[in-house]
Amino acid sequence: MNEELRNLSLSGHVGFDSLPDQLVNKSTSQGFCFNILCVGETGIGKSTLMDTLFNTKFESDPATHNEPGVRLKARSYELQESNVRLKLTIVDTVGFGDQINKDDSYKPIVEYIDAQFEAYLQEELKIKRSLFNYHDTRIHACLYFIAPTGHSLKSLDLVTMKKLDSKVNIIPIIAKADTIAKNELHKFKSKIMSELVSNGVQIYQFPTDEETVAEINATMSVHLPFAVVGSTEEVKIGNKMAKARQYPWGVVQVENENHCDFVKLREMLIRVNMEDLREQTHTRHYELYRRCKLEEMGFKDTDPDSKPFSLQETYEAKRNEFLGELQKKEEEMRQMFVMRVKEKEAELKEAEKELHEKFDLLKRTHQEEKKKVEDKKKELEEEVNNFQKKKAAAQLLQSQAQQSGAQQTKKDKDKKNSPWLCTE
Amino acid sequence: MDPLRRSPSPCSSRPSSPKTPPCEMLGYVGIEAVLDQLKIKAMKMGFEFNIMVVGQSGLGKSTMVNTLFKSKVWKRTLPGLGMSTPQTLQLKSVTHVIEEKGVKLKLTVTDTPGFGDQINNDKCWDPILGYINEQYERYLQEEILITRQRHIPDTRVHCCVYFVPPTGHCLRPLDIEFLQRLCRTVNVVPVIARADSLTLEEREAFRRRIQQNLRTHCIEVYPQKSLDEDINDRILNSKIRDRIPFAVVGADQEHLVNGKCVLGRKTKWGIVEVENMAHCEFALLRDLLIRSHLQDLKDITHNVHYENYRVCRLNESHVLPRGPGWVNLAPTPPGPPATPRPSKACRRAHDNSENDEDY
Repeated sequence: MNEELRNLSLSGHVGFDSLPDQLVNKSTSQGFCFNILCVGETGIGKSTLMDTLFNTKFESDPATHNEPGVRLKARSYELQESNVRLKLTIVDTVGFGDQINKDDSYKPIVEYIDAQFEAYLQEELKIKRSLFNYHDTRIHACLYFIAPTGHSLKSLDLVTMKKLDSKVNIIPIIAKADTIAKNELHKFKSKIMSELVSNGVQIYQFPTDEETVAEINATMSVHLPFAVVGSTEEVKIGNKMAKARQYPWGVVQVENENHCDFVKLREMLIRVNMEDLREQTHTRHYELYRRCKLEEMGFKDTDPDSKPFSLQETYEAKRNEFLGELQKKEEEMRQMFVMRVKEKEAELKEAEKELHEKFDLLKRTHQEEKKKVEDKKKELEEEVNNFQKKKAAAQLLQSQAQQSGAQQTKKDKDKKNSPWLCTE
Repeated sequence: MDPLRRSPSPCSSRPSSPKTPPCEMLGYVGIEAVLDQLKIKAMKMGFEFNIMVVGQSGLGKSTMVNTLFKSKVWKRTLPGLGMSTPQTLQLKSVTHVIEEKGVKLKLTVTDTPGFGDQINNDKCWDPILGYINEQYERYLQEEILITRQRHIPDTRVHCCVYFVPPTGHCLRPLDIEFLQRLCRTVNVVPVIARADSLTLEEREAFRRRIQQNLRTHCIEVYPQKSLDEDINDRILNSKIRDRIPFAVVGADQEHLVNGKCVLGRKTKWGIVEVENMAHCEFALLRDLLIRSHLQDLKDITHNVHYENYRVCRLNESHVLPRGPGWVNLAPTPPGPPATPRPSKACRRAHDNSENDEDY
């Protein structure tokens, strides 16, 4: 099969210029996913900014400052604009920056991002998979809210951003920018950017390789990090209602480019680069994660011949190991079960023995008692016999005595009659 | 080989995530700009389309491809003149880049000269199936690499156009055998070739008989009924299904008809205009393949046929049930492995892969 790549000229209208439309129609019917992670201290204005960006009120309660650790709260919403359905997921870092010891603050964030990559990887590795209707939860953009101190980045910010830059597209923004004066803002921005560069933090670069977006992206990049103000309240300005924050000394208009960079952020994040953010997440960050994970699991990509084998063998080995562990666990459980059964048996036997002993004891006692009673009975009988004998003897004696008495009286009478008879 | 199966429809309905309450937006945000972004990216990357034409020689396959893409994709092949019919079926591929209104399309056309030309045509579909599966294999190997390319080159056959000779009776056993096997692996669009040898009534009767044959043998050609996503698709596709197979005529020469220059075949009794719906249904074929369903063809190839291939391939040495996430790739059969198989499961798998020849 020989393949020659040459450009053909068409002699008429074929019709495949409708291909981009066909592709877009398919995507539209499927809907889009977009996941934003907001990292910033409690009270810095993350929820308000999300509400302002998407022109809606997402249901949420403000977080307290008493969280014991950082945790991530993800909420999904369905938005629809003309025929585009967007499944938006906003992930909030609750409790970020509130703890006294912030050493581990970045860990839950990194774990969450990795968990989303892992879920996608697992789905991709399945045998029977359904990737085309998989609900993509991987984070496409991370908005890092920098506190408007006016000086420089906090060390917590630097550490966190350094940990996140290879996993997600970071867009740093300065929150509550209405507290910084204009001249201070410029110094603050350049300080932040130089700190990021000197610490090697890779933030998201707006793509400048396509002519259509190169220009706007280039001009916007200069203003990084965007100084934003969020507000959902409307104030009457001129004869229109606009989103703004009202102070005694003036009104900060959210959508006024002189007041803050909110419009720039919205342009960059949504209107110009949403698709690029999704693509970067999939082709760069996810692939990096996948490569690291697979290498960790022991696969090597040395040369095409050995690849299938090493995969095969490694999986076989892993599988055997896994099965072996399972078997061992099963054995352990079985042994424990047998032991328990034995123990219980021994206990029961003990109890039985005791019962038997008791029974024997009782029996013996009972017999002894019986014997005693019998003895006593015999004694009694003997006594009765004796008594009867005595009685009989006594009666006999009595009757004899009576007889002899009668004789005696006769004798006595006789004796009396013979005064000189001495009787015995 | 498992029958065509598709996971739940990708479009519309609220997907798997449990809590996605709809939110009312109070003003314009600009989300719909993402469509333009998508278009720009797609146009920058360019599109790919791989089409395969199968049929006996002399049915006008090469001419048809030239007519479809309005360019000399193939040079005209004249039979005889020192070119002998190939003894075995050989596949020839040619790749061109064509551009229209800024849209770049990398078109690969695969021809199958020698199909059905031998006296004994038994298993003549094997090289074709082998080629199709080889493209799937190539894609799979690229996909499972650890360091993957940004854009995996797609050489998988998106559409196979099958040319049915205009006998006027019904499908021949060779046609039925071939269609049965191929419909499970690739999108097949059957067409009645050289339809200018049939009158309109003969065409209709032939078409109905072919449809009957397809139904009897449970052959599902593109657009597959079981893959219709929603009611709109079904209505649209039913209309197409009613007219399949299209009766087409191919021509790459232009003639003057009524003052206009049209593609057609000039005969003594008139000029058969290719793009005239009253003469033949070429326009329907072109619209289906290029103007409306090209992306759909690619999507079905990727989401259904490729996934089916992948499942079967990954299941080859898969004997014991496993949870999700376990992937056990066997080396491409029939290569014997370099290292001895340690466990009993693998030996059984080897037996399975030897028995499994029906792709």
